Amino acid sequence: MSRYFGRKLLVYSLTFFLAVTIDWMIPRFMPGDPVQTMLSRGMLHAEGLEVMYGYYTKAFGLDVPVWKQYLNFWNALFHGDFGTSVYLFPQPVIKVIMRAVPYDILLLLPAILLSWFAGNKFGALAARSRWLDNTVSPLGYILTATPYMWLGILLSWVFAIVLDIFPIAGAYSFAMTPHLSWAFVGSVLKHWFLPFVSLFLVKFGGWAIGMRNMIIYELEADYSHYLEALGAPRRLVRKYAFRNAILPQITGLSLDLGVIVAGALVTEVVFSYPGIGYLILQAIQNQDYFLIQGCFLFIIMGVLLANFAIDIAYVIVDPRTRLGMVGEGA
Amino acid sequence: MSLRVENLTVYYQTLKGDVRALERATFSIADGEIMGLAGESGCGKTTLGHSLVRLAPPMRFVEGRVTLDGEELPIWDTERMNDFRFKKISIIPQYAMNAMNPTRKIGRMAAELLRSRRVDFRAKLPELRSRLDLVNLSHDVLNMYPIELSGGMKQRMVMVLSTLLNPSLLIADEITSALDVSSQKAVAEMLVAFRDQGCCKSVMVITHDISILYQIADTILIMYAGQLAEKAATATIIHSPRHPYTRLLISSLPKVGVKQSERRLTGIPGSPPLLLDPPIGCRFRERCPVAFDRCTEVPPFTEIDRDHFVACWKAFEEHARA
Amino acid sequence: MKKQKKHEILYFALRNNKVRFGFTIILFFLLLTFVGPLLTHYAPYDYVNPKGAQPPSAKHWFGTTMFGQDVFTQFVHGLRATFLVGAIGGALGTFIGIVIGFTAGYRGGIIDEILNMITNIVLVIPTLAILLIIAAYLTVRGILVESLFIGCTAWPWAARAIRAQTFSLRARDFVDLARLSGMKDWRIIFSEIAPNMMSYLLLVFILQFGGAILIAATLDFIGLGPTNAVSLGLMMNNAVLWGALLLGVWWWFIPPGLAITAIVGALYVTNVGLDEVFNPKLREM
Repeated sequence: MSRYFGRKLLVYSLTFFLAVTIDWMIPRFMPGDPVQTMLSRGMLHAEGLEVMYGYYTKAFGLDVPVWKQYLNFWNALFHGDFGTSVYLFPQPVIKVIMRAVPYDILLLLPAILLSWFAGNKFGALAARSRWLDNTVSPLGYILTATPYMWLGILLSWVFAIVLDIFPIAGAYSFAMTPHLSWAFVGSVLKHWFLPFVSLFLVKFGGWAIGMRNMIIYELEADYSHYLEALGAPRRLVRKYAFRNAILPQITGLSLDLGVIVAGALVTEVVFSYPGIGYLILQAIQNQDYFLIQGCFLFIIMGVLLANFAIDIAYVIVDPRTRLGMVGEGA
Repeated sequence: MSLRVENLTVYYQTLKGDVRALERATFSIADGEIMGLAGESGCGKTTLGHSLVRLAPPMRFVEGRVTLDGEELPIWDTERMNDFRFKKISIIPQYAMNAMNPTRKIGRMAAELLRSRRVDFRAKLPELRSRLDLVNLSHDVLNMYPIELSGGMKQRMVMVLSTLLNPSLLIADEITSALDVSSQKAVAEMLVAFRDQGCCKSVMVITHDISILYQIADTILIMYAGQLAEKAATATIIHSPRHPYTRLLISSLPKVGVKQSERRLTGIPGSPPLLLDPPIGCRFRERCPVAFDRCTEVPPFTEIDRDHFVACWKAFEEHARA
Repeated sequence: MKKQKKHEILYFALRNNKVRFGFTIILFFLLLTFVGPLLTHYAPYDYVNPKGAQPPSAKHWFGTTMFGQDVFTQFVHGLRATFLVGAIGGALGTFIGIVIGFTAGYRGGIIDEILNMITNIVLVIPTLAILLIIAAYLTVRGILVESLFIGCTAWPWAARAIRAQTFSLRARDFVDLARLSGMKDWRIIFSEIAPNMMSYLLLVFILQFGGAILIAATLDFIGLGPTNAVSLGLMMNNAVLWGALLLGVWWWFIPPGLAITAIVGALYVTNVGLDEVFNPKLREM
């Protein structure tokens, strides 16, 4: 078990190191004079421009050798210093991101967890009922094949434009300022609903299909046949099959996190939902490299942390990893 | 009489039609008898064994009657058969290596299985432990996952599990084929010990390896292409077989006691007929050296001597002459 | 004997409803890709309708965009981009997955650990960040660049799957036999292991194909797609960007998304159907 975690830890630290390095390259390896390009695109007045140019030239440390720039970057990183946003000058990047993060958590956490639970549940049910199989499975295939943004577009067109029962953009009514009241919470929920549903539905389809197919494989496995041959009731056979079929689904969850994050990104764009995805798009459009860098850093950390949590969960449910008998993925 | 099978006919459903894997099988196994069931692969021996335990699609019950200890088995009804499985009729499957749930400790799996059959696990525990001793397994295996056991250990563990409720009939399906020669012998002897200790009343040993049967079986039933060919005491089958197929089979054995591989059996010229559309009459006809015109009729499986059954017109003639 | 087996697979494949259904849809869109451009005499970005956005009509089958561009023309040209990205990106991703998966699964040991580590890293790394840098350098990007990028980043899943399969095949007798007879490793992989995994590799490719299409749609939608081509993702991007939602210009954003969903869905269904064909255990009787 310690070997398993040791290896995992090594992979995680390597990944983190590499991902951060790539992230570091974003503003520095842009063609031309990245500072100049960046600043000329940003919406700054002359005074701010000069300050910024001075700041960023110093931040890039053009006089300092590259390796030192790199070390400085890590140093700043551990002090929570991500630089200053150009597009939202003079706010620090970390502050801009922290404003967006709650919306991502609000959107992603329920969408990922609920779709996973519901998908597995329905997938397992579909594997035992022909009627459900004939409805859930085709629906699952359609949903999992749907591009995130298209489902978002469709939902917002139908429910926000045609039926006009949900708002089309933002995280809460533009007429409100964030405060604690029922009206505000209601507005937040109303704005949250469509983006959540569109993320939820696409993932739900994928999990349901995965679970259905895994269960059918497991019910054909030798240990299932043996139980049946010994007259075990269907309940026990299904219980074992479900338990073993859920294992690949847990691995699947960690494999899929990157895709879900990208999906959340475009969903936020469609609904102008002010999470990190929406922020990245704005940063790209305004060539705000430091903001982009900061956003990616957050995504990297989020995905790694989630993966780690999933690994721990996996060890709890699969005895084989505890025994160190199989490597991951086997 | 422990097991009595009459006219049992089971087909395999495929897209191309019914494969007639088992036709009109009639035989019986006495209390305490270890009966070997042998034949080439695809001759229907596995179909016969499995249909007695769990007759599930693509297998299809056509007709027949099976009684065990005087009670009729509803083998066509997968649900109702549950009452008999494990308690009255049990199986050591061919796939014993993978028969146990990989993510449950063996003891816990046994407990859950027994509880699901409304058997008190704790009351059975001493019995379980003594059976583990019988097959030379440490009691610790109950606290292990299947993956921690070697192939031979898994095989023995499954033997213990399958026989835990002292079934009247135990079906051992190719239990030696995945093992090396020395473990084969040990496992075969354990099977006999199980019968002797009353862990099971009668045993049906399905195998293509006749030399194993020579060591442990009281009687041998030979099948060919979905039909019963001959059944008699082991010595009779080995030394004075009546069915021409049995004769060829036995004579193709290099020497009794030497490990016999499946390939050897095809040493008989020709190959078994396809059971999708089998020839009428005796199915061995086309490969049979002594076939004559009568063989276009199906020979009945008839008792020509005491406890010696055979299905061959030539054998009937010879017997009548003798 | 081998030939007969091939026939049997074809026989079951043609009888499998899922395969038939999926194949028909893919074939339909593929046909549209080739025939479509012949049915229209506009170019994708020509301003052909001075009245701007208009719903589908006899003249403009799928209507026109806010700028008076013919949606049908964009659609059929976009389809081509979709198939290209799927084919090239999917093939490249499968290829890299095969190389890494075979090597890791066959060699095992330390090589397996290292490759496994690389796979896991690529899986988690935000590929979008890399694409951002590439995008800044290549101000003109075509479908090919996009496909190559997708292929180079989407292989980890395939590599993992193929590794696991190779692992189980490696333990089989015929591979041992080949190894004992002194056959070279790469020859064992290609003459003994690969043929036994052909069906599996095909399934992997189909999934990579569909995955590449979906990734391309995402990239196009956030403006990191091709700059000099038409694609279904770009159509949706433009539609949202120019307020097609608010103005109710549904004919602009429905067809591209629907086509992607249909094609990818059909690929997935075909995949499951073929799985049933290759695995007799799963065949419905």
